[in-house]
Amino acid sequence: MALTSTTTDATQIITVHSDRIDAAMAIQFKEDMRTQADGGAARVVLDLTGVEFIDSSGLGAIVASMKQLGNDRRLDLAGLHPFVEKVFRLTRMDTVFKLYPTLDDALATTAG
Amino acid sequence: MCDGKCLDLSFAATEAEASAGIAQLSRCLEVHGLPAHKAGDVKIALAEAINNVVEHAYADITPAKVKVRCRLHQNWLDILISDTGNPLPGFRVPDGVPAPLGSSIDELPEGGFGWFLIHELTSDIRYERCDGCNRLSLRFEFPRPPCGQKRPQ
Repeated sequence: MALTSTTTDATQIITVHSDRIDAAMAIQFKEDMRTQADGGAARVVLDLTGVEFIDSSGLGAIVASMKQLGNDRRLDLAGLHPFVEKVFRLTRMDTVFKLYPTLDDALATTAG
Repeated sequence: MCDGKCLDLSFAATEAEASAGIAQLSRCLEVHGLPAHKAGDVKIALAEAINNVVEHAYADITPAKVKVRCRLHQNWLDILISDTGNPLPGFRVPDGVPAPLGSSIDELPEGGFGWFLIHELTSDIRYERCDGCNRLSLRFEFPRPPCGQKRPQ
């Protein structure tokens, strides 16, 4: 599971370099997110632009990643492919996370 | 009887093999004419059903094979998933009740959405257990003919 991270101002951007987050990589994703986000900015934006598919295990791993950040930090999601967005919508997780169509949209918005 | 296009795939019931198998089946179904607007639903439901086999049917026993048989017709797709693992609890299809979101971030569920998604995305689900084999049938309907039309992007 390849993740890269950059930080601008008060936002850390973590980019997923995989076309899917599924059961086969959910545990690794969660661990890599813990490593990448450790000690980073208060707001983390997960860039999912390259992710074309997610299943419920991948969704669970993103939820777990948000919990790992604790109460003082937040996780927003950007660049959701229509199939990925649909999984968030069906499970109502779109009411839990802030979803942005593109990374630029996420960066243009200050965390609320 | 099979008057539609046939597509069969069999792979070991491991997470890595399942991940590759699901991707391969999805690609083949689209090539064979599954409408693009339905492809996402099929892939998600297929993944959840196969992941259930890997994670639960073969939970305490040596994983064997998962067999997937797809029959793509003009207006519907039938997928039969079979395995030789443990039966579904109560020998029936689990209810599609989604995990509650809870009232705080700590209470958010990290699982329990699989059967809910399968129910949401399919037109019909059937399960039977016979001769030590699980057979789960999923049907997806798409009213418009899949061939000879312009595909949405």
